[in-house]
Amino acid sequence: MIAVSFENVSRHFGSVKAVDSVDLEVQPGEFFAMLGPSGSGKTTCLRLIAGFEQPTAGAISIFGERAEGVPPYRRNVNTVFQDYALFPHMNVLDNVAYGLKVKGISKTERIRIAEDALALVRLPGYGTRKPGQLSGGQRQRVALARALVNRPKVLLLDEPLGALDLKLRENMQEELKALQKSLGITFIFVTHDQGEALSMADRVAVFNDGRIMQVGTPQDIYARPVSRFVADFVGSSNVVPPDFVKRHCQRDGWGSLRPEAIRVSTQTNSAGIRARVVSVSYIGAATRLGLDAEGLRLHATVPAGLTVPEQGADVVLTFGADALHVMEADA
Amino acid sequence: MRSDREASAPFGLKVAAACGLLFLHVPILLIFVYAFTTEDKTYQWPPPGFTTQWLGVTWNRTDVWEALTVSVKIAAIATLIAIVLGTLCAAAVSRSRFFGREAISLLIILPIALPGIITGISLRSAFSLMDIPFSTWTIVLGHATFCVVVVYNNAVARFRRTSGSLIEASYDLGADGFQTFRYVILPNIGTALLAGGMLAFALSFDEVIVTTFTSGQQQTLPIWMLEELVRPRQRPVTNVVAMVVVLVTLIPIIAAYYLTREGDQVSGAGK
Repeated sequence: MIAVSFENVSRHFGSVKAVDSVDLEVQPGEFFAMLGPSGSGKTTCLRLIAGFEQPTAGAISIFGERAEGVPPYRRNVNTVFQDYALFPHMNVLDNVAYGLKVKGISKTERIRIAEDALALVRLPGYGTRKPGQLSGGQRQRVALARALVNRPKVLLLDEPLGALDLKLRENMQEELKALQKSLGITFIFVTHDQGEALSMADRVAVFNDGRIMQVGTPQDIYARPVSRFVADFVGSSNVVPPDFVKRHCQRDGWGSLRPEAIRVSTQTNSAGIRARVVSVSYIGAATRLGLDAEGLRLHATVPAGLTVPEQGADVVLTFGADALHVMEADA
Repeated sequence: MRSDREASAPFGLKVAAACGLLFLHVPILLIFVYAFTTEDKTYQWPPPGFTTQWLGVTWNRTDVWEALTVSVKIAAIATLIAIVLGTLCAAAVSRSRFFGREAISLLIILPIALPGIITGISLRSAFSLMDIPFSTWTIVLGHATFCVVVVYNNAVARFRRTSGSLIEASYDLGADGFQTFRYVILPNIGTALLAGGMLAFALSFDEVIVTTFTSGQQQTLPIWMLEELVRPRQRPVTNVVAMVVVLVTLIPIIAAYYLTREGDQVSGAGK
C-alpha cells in the first residue's frame, strides 16, 4: 500500500500553474521531504494532501482511498502549520485535546491522551499555559503534539523549523527524526532549506516551477543531480558547461562539480587547471574560495587545517574523475 | 518614541485638559441636578430647592414606560439582525477574494456615512411604494441599516487580525464547519461582536431622524423626550429619564471596555 500517491496532479490558480502534472509516491513510514524555492509548488502539494486545496486535474490517493472532494476534517491526515496556528484562546492542554474533543471523546479520556502527547514532545506539565506564554520552540512542540493526538496516518509539516533559531533547529531535527522512527507514521515535510531536507529525510523531492525535478535519497540528490537546477539548489555545487566537461572527462552534457571535491594547490608548476583566487571567505569548518578558472567562476572549499591561498594568488585545481558528475537531463 | 512615564505634564496643559473634560461632562451633571429641582416649568438656575418627588412621578408615568419598551425592543432586534448580518458580511469580505469585494464593503459602510435624513427619506418612500404599513418593524429595519455597519466594522477588523490558519487547523484536526465556528471563530471574534453589538444598541437607542421617517404611531424614548421638551409640564421627568439612561448605559460600556481590552493582542499570530 502506498501512503500518498499523486497521479498527474495539477493545481492552477487562474493562469498560474502552482502544481503542474506532478507524479509522486510516498511509502508508508517514510520521512519524505519536499524541497524547493518559495513559489515552487511544494506547499500547494502539502495543502492538496491536507485537503485545503483541490486538484484542478489528476488523482490523489491517501492509503489507497481517493482524496478528491474529501474535506480536511474527514482525512486521516494532520498538519503542523508553519505559524503553528495554536488556538490563542485555549490553554495548551485544550489545544492538544481539540482533535479529540471534536470527535466526541470523553473529557477524562481526552485529558489523559493529551497529557501523554505533551509528555511525548517533552512538555509535561505545560497544559495550563496559554500559547502566548510559550517560546517559539515550545509552541512548535505543542503544535506537533496537537497534530499527533489524532494518530494520523500521515503527518504533514509545513516549514516546521523555519521560525526557530539555529541551535534549536538542529535539536528539533534530531528529535523529529527520532519521533518519526518510534511512531512509524509517514511524515511529509516541506522546506526550502536543503541542509534540513538532506539531514532528515529518507527521500527528497526537489520542486521547481510546480514540477518535481528529481526524487531520490539525499545521497542520490546530492551526488547525482539530474539537472542544473537540482545541482545548483541542493548544496552550492559548481555547475559547469558542456565544453568544460568535454575537455576534462570526454563526455557530453552539463556537469556538476562539488566545491569540496576540488583540491586547490599553490604549486603552480604542477598539472591541473590554472586558476586565480578571487575571494576568500572563512565559514568555520572550512574556507570558501571564489576562483576564476578558464573564464568560469568556480567555488572550492578548503577544510580547516590546510593552507589557504591568499586572494589574488595563482593556484592549480585538480579533482578526481568521479567528482565531476555529468547530468543527463537538462533544464 | 515613548514619553517618560515619570515626567509630569506642564501646568498649562493640565489646566487645558481639565477644562476640556469639564466642558464635555458638566452639561451631563446639570441634567442630573435638574432631575431634583422643585421648579417644574422652566430650567431656573440655581434651582430654588431640591426634591426626590420626580423619581416617583416618573415611575408612575405610563407614557415613559411605553416609550422605553418600544426603544429597548427596537434596539434589541436591530442589534440582533446587525450581529448576524454584520458577522456574515465581515466573514465573506475578509476571508475570500471575489469580484466586487471592495464595492460590497463600501455599500455596507455607506449607511453610516449618509446623513440620517437621506436614509430616512429613502426608506420612507420605499416603504410607501411597497405598501408596507409603518410599524415597530419598519423602525427596526431603518435602524438595522446603520447597526450592521458598526458590527461589520468591528468584526472585519477582528477577522483580519485572526490568522486564517486557525480555521484550517480546526478543520485539519477533524472539526466540521459548525464545530469550527463554535469553538474557534466565535471565541476569537466574540468580544468584537459584543463591542459592536453594544455600540449598535446605543446608536439605535438614541436615534431620532431615521426613526421619525420610518415610524407610524410608535414613540421611542428620544422622540418622547423631544416632545416633552416643548411641553412645559413636569419637566424634571425628562431629566430623571435621561439620568437613568446615562446610569444604565454606563454599565455595559464599562463591561465592554474590560471585555475587549483582553482581545487587543493579535490573535493567532504564531511568532
